[in-house]
Amino acid sequence: MRILKPISLAVLITCLIALLSCQREERILRPSPPASEILNSVQVSGLNPGANSVASPPPPKYYEESAYSVSEGQRLFNQYNCVGCHANGGGGIGPPLMDNNWIYGSEPGNIFATIVQGRPNGMPSFRNRIPEYQVWEIVSYVRSLSGLLPKDVAPARSDQLYVKPPEQSMPNQTPTGITGQPEAKQ
Amino acid sequence: MAISEPIVVPRTGTPEQLARAWAQPPGFWGWFKNVHHTAIGVRYIVTSFIFFLLGGVLAGIMRFQLARPEHGAVGPDLYNQVFTVHGSTMIFLFAVPMMFQGFGVYLVPLICGTRNIAFPRLNAFSYYIYLGGGLLLWIGLLIKTGADAGWFAYVPLSGPQFTPGKRSDFWAQMITFTEVSALAVAICIATTILRHRAPGMTLNRMPIILWEKLTISIAVIFAMPAVMVVSSMLLMDRTINTQFFNPSSGGDVLLYQHLFWFFGHPEVYIIFLPGTAVISTLVPVFSRRHIFGYLAIVTSVVATGFLGFSVWVHHMFATGLPQMSESFFTAATLMIVIPTAVQFYCWMATIWHGRLQLKLPMLWVFGFFFTFLIGGLTGLMLAAVPVDWQVHDTFFVVAHFHYVLIGGALFPMFAGLYYWVPKITGRMMNDLLGKIHFWLFFIGFNMTFFTMHFLGLRGMPRRVYTYLPEMHWGTLNLVSSIGVLFMTAGLIVFLVNFFQSKAIGELAGPDPWRAGTLEWATPSPPPHYNFLELPTVNGREALWDATPNQPVVAGVREDIPEVLVTNSLDSEPQYREESPGPSIWPFLTAITVSIAFVWSIFSARGVAYGAIPVVITLIGWLWPRGHSPTPMPVDSRLEERRWIR
Amino acid sequence: MASAAPQVLTSWIYAIWALQGRHSALHAAGPDASNIEWLFWVIFFIILAAFILVILGFARAAARTYTSAREMLPIVHDKEGDRRAVWAVGSAITVTVLALFAVLVLSVITGKKVEGLTSKNPVTIQVTGHQWWWEVIYPNAQADQTVTTANEIHVPVGKPVVILTNSADVIHSFWAPSVHGKRDLLPGYSSAFWIQIDQPGRYRGQCAEFCGMQHAHMGFSVIAESDSEFAAWKAQQLKPAPEPTNADAARGREVFLTHACVMCHTIRGTDAGSRIGPDLTHLASRQMIAAETLPNTRGALAGWIIDPQRIKPGNHMAPNPLQPDDLQALLTYLQTLQ
Repeated sequence: MRILKPISLAVLITCLIALLSCQREERILRPSPPASEILNSVQVSGLNPGANSVASPPPPKYYEESAYSVSEGQRLFNQYNCVGCHANGGGGIGPPLMDNNWIYGSEPGNIFATIVQGRPNGMPSFRNRIPEYQVWEIVSYVRSLSGLLPKDVAPARSDQLYVKPPEQSMPNQTPTGITGQPEAKQ
Repeated sequence: MAISEPIVVPRTGTPEQLARAWAQPPGFWGWFKNVHHTAIGVRYIVTSFIFFLLGGVLAGIMRFQLARPEHGAVGPDLYNQVFTVHGSTMIFLFAVPMMFQGFGVYLVPLICGTRNIAFPRLNAFSYYIYLGGGLLLWIGLLIKTGADAGWFAYVPLSGPQFTPGKRSDFWAQMITFTEVSALAVAICIATTILRHRAPGMTLNRMPIILWEKLTISIAVIFAMPAVMVVSSMLLMDRTINTQFFNPSSGGDVLLYQHLFWFFGHPEVYIIFLPGTAVISTLVPVFSRRHIFGYLAIVTSVVATGFLGFSVWVHHMFATGLPQMSESFFTAATLMIVIPTAVQFYCWMATIWHGRLQLKLPMLWVFGFFFTFLIGGLTGLMLAAVPVDWQVHDTFFVVAHFHYVLIGGALFPMFAGLYYWVPKITGRMMNDLLGKIHFWLFFIGFNMTFFTMHFLGLRGMPRRVYTYLPEMHWGTLNLVSSIGVLFMTAGLIVFLVNFFQSKAIGELAGPDPWRAGTLEWATPSPPPHYNFLELPTVNGREALWDATPNQPVVAGVREDIPEVLVTNSLDSEPQYREESPGPSIWPFLTAITVSIAFVWSIFSARGVAYGAIPVVITLIGWLWPRGHSPTPMPVDSRLEERRWIR
Repeated sequence: MASAAPQVLTSWIYAIWALQGRHSALHAAGPDASNIEWLFWVIFFIILAAFILVILGFARAAARTYTSAREMLPIVHDKEGDRRAVWAVGSAITVTVLALFAVLVLSVITGKKVEGLTSKNPVTIQVTGHQWWWEVIYPNAQADQTVTTANEIHVPVGKPVVILTNSADVIHSFWAPSVHGKRDLLPGYSSAFWIQIDQPGRYRGQCAEFCGMQHAHMGFSVIAESDSEFAAWKAQQLKPAPEPTNADAARGREVFLTHACVMCHTIRGTDAGSRIGPDLTHLASRQMIAAETLPNTRGALAGWIIDPQRIKPGNHMAPNPLQPDDLQALLTYLQTLQ
């Protein structure tokens, strides 16, 4: 029948489109986190003898490619009271998170280690307090505070009182380390 | 205009010349250049019917999930997308494009007695834009970006904080596409009705369907901008950090609801009034008499269109607004019942004092009477603020609006399809299959939606992806879900009937129903020039009230596409005007506009840079061409000639 | 399927005719809901009469003029009939307008009666909607007289109670059908409405404005009890959590304070003070958990703690993969929180 050709064409195109589903809209409600050997391979300092070491293994791409994951990170950043020390990125008791200065490294593994292990001078350790997948979500959100995430994944303005540009409007800032120089990629 | 003596005016052309002048180009690219209203009208009807079937599939998924408590077939994220896209598809991609745009674009020029719709290229553009909006929403669903905040997407849930990603942006921009399309068609239809009617069709003799299309066109022009504003405000909140709906920064969440429902309520009358127009067209034909109470019905149609703008707060009774203001809207909502009741009584009187021939379309008309009546009466309950406090946002209101929408639009749609498909395809549809379709659909519909009244009263809210077994809602939900099977069976029968009759159905001829309106004065399917002789009109039912020597219009050129422009009130000929021929520019402009719209979801630059190709295609569209630079004054006469029926 | 048919039929008949239940608009437990129910039935009978009359009208019209001719017949004109029809239609319109006016008047009167409930010294309850649970506070000028709980509201029988609404995130809607109509909880707005329950008992409610992924599982209950019971409940709620009396409960408290629980929940009397999630100080005094989704039993609590995403996917409580001994101890401790 003449009608079958356009119908089968439409079905084919539909299947193709469905295969190209958008990572941005992926929502995993109960992610299984990567193994925590990541903590053993993170370098907190950029200095080491000889040549630069192998980079720490990256987390699953889901956390930085899913807008839902980053928005969960934003929610947790508020609810777990990161804002108490870091405000909305401007800092206070703790250092600012929306600038390009990363004391302990800007890679996701580094930030993960910072949150889980805690750091001298007041950063608490959240080991066993925040589930690992939620730590990864917060990591993605913290990176978005300095504009390191693509615009369509970073959160838009929140419904809170407006104190800074939303993360999707933050300019991308090349991370620097404690020395003020751009970080050498590990 | 009366003529005392026949005047012989030499014809300027032949039927072959007419066919050549009005021919639409063939082939693949010819499809995109077609600007004739019958072709565009058929596209609207077919496309919106496909969206209806797609929306129905989503409804089937919902009912499957809800058939058992804690079913687990569909998770909450997918379910939220399913019910949102179901509602948005049915309202924006099916109901308005079918009832107003599809039926209107196809029928209005024929019923007016003219050769093409006004602004044919704008009409073609409107179809491509509508298709673009539909594709945006559905491709979004396929790539996990389906809108998921409900078909009216209340803030803050649909706002930037609580819907991450682009889901609400796709929804908001789909609104922009479909609203531009509806506005374009409203302009075309209103102009055709006001300026292109056959001579003799004064306002007092205009068929009710033309009154209704004119009223709805004006309602669209006033209502659509409100939804465009609110969806754009939502889009701006989500992309460029405006604060319209942010309570912390001085914005207001209720503002969204007011703006949305200021559109939303007229929208449902934009869906319902075309249904009543179909009924007002069919009841006289199948009662074999002029309609009773023409003046009352016309007044009711216009009054409903007008009063539809005064009731929007009845969607917001539970928000805690002051009681006195809410009571005002109760009064307005009850008042709008009166014009509809008037129409019901006039239809009843027409049948009572006529001769009922219960053909297949009329069976659907009776289905409308039963179904819409129930829906309208439960609307009385919803109008009372205290009762609304109990049943708002429950399955009771889901039952109500499905009764009024399916009763008020779908039953008339099927009545209209069985009535007009013989005109469109040239072949009658099968009577027995049509009756089977009716009964399957009627039984299934009542099974599915009547039970929902009880569910709502027993406390089941709407938009829930599941419910607890302890609530004892399982049995009613199961019955409701089984009804879907009957409706699906009915739709399959309809599709079989349609394709079979298109191929081998009984030939319809020009006027199988011996009806009174002008579309039946031309062969089925109509040629591209619509009428061999442009008709004139002598009464409210043009064909029934025609004299044996009813004059026809002579002097309109037949070697180029030309239409007669008449006066708005008395429809006296004023001048002739060339009607634009086939053109690729509407399609190209729709492409550039779609690119600009979709780009602006992702970046504000899309608005600025996307406008450049739009301007280029608009220049191509508006480039002056054609055979005569200005409209020429009329030297058309009315020639007494026996009408070829 | 055939054997199930009689059961389906009888349960359907039961469902229609026995519209009773603790969660039904037609099972009023107080003056608000019963006024609304009265108005509902009045309007119902008006529209039932209208429906029957109109359907009979169409049926009569169809029956008296029906012809089964196959050909389309010639047009008829019925001047005499039209004259009579003018009177008939006119009277029908008049009756319609009067009926509508009656509905309007009754609606306004009922609305005034429902809103007219008032009292000099009412129990005040602040309900704040969260995604997807209800924060319930009995405000008081003194902080140590303020009751904070979640998902369960206690009110004294027979007395007007005022409820103040607010929302922490999106729009929710507070609806206990046996008690009153619904009121939306709008962020940025605070509205007040009165309820009164005249029969002691437990009345269920559910969120009635789509609020996201777990809108379907956002229930609450309103418990009406005598004055003395209410006072006792309130006094108990004001106390901090009791000290654990055995080693197992002590270990359970240790588990609570060293795992993720402490990030979101408050137990007054311990170091846990977070206000993101429901207050658990008197968890064991509540009959249901997870916003009226699960009964408050040891097993259900265990399942909820281990994997809330299985029961309410998308809600804001993360899975807690505890060791079995830790879980048992935690459950023992939570069950001491009366």
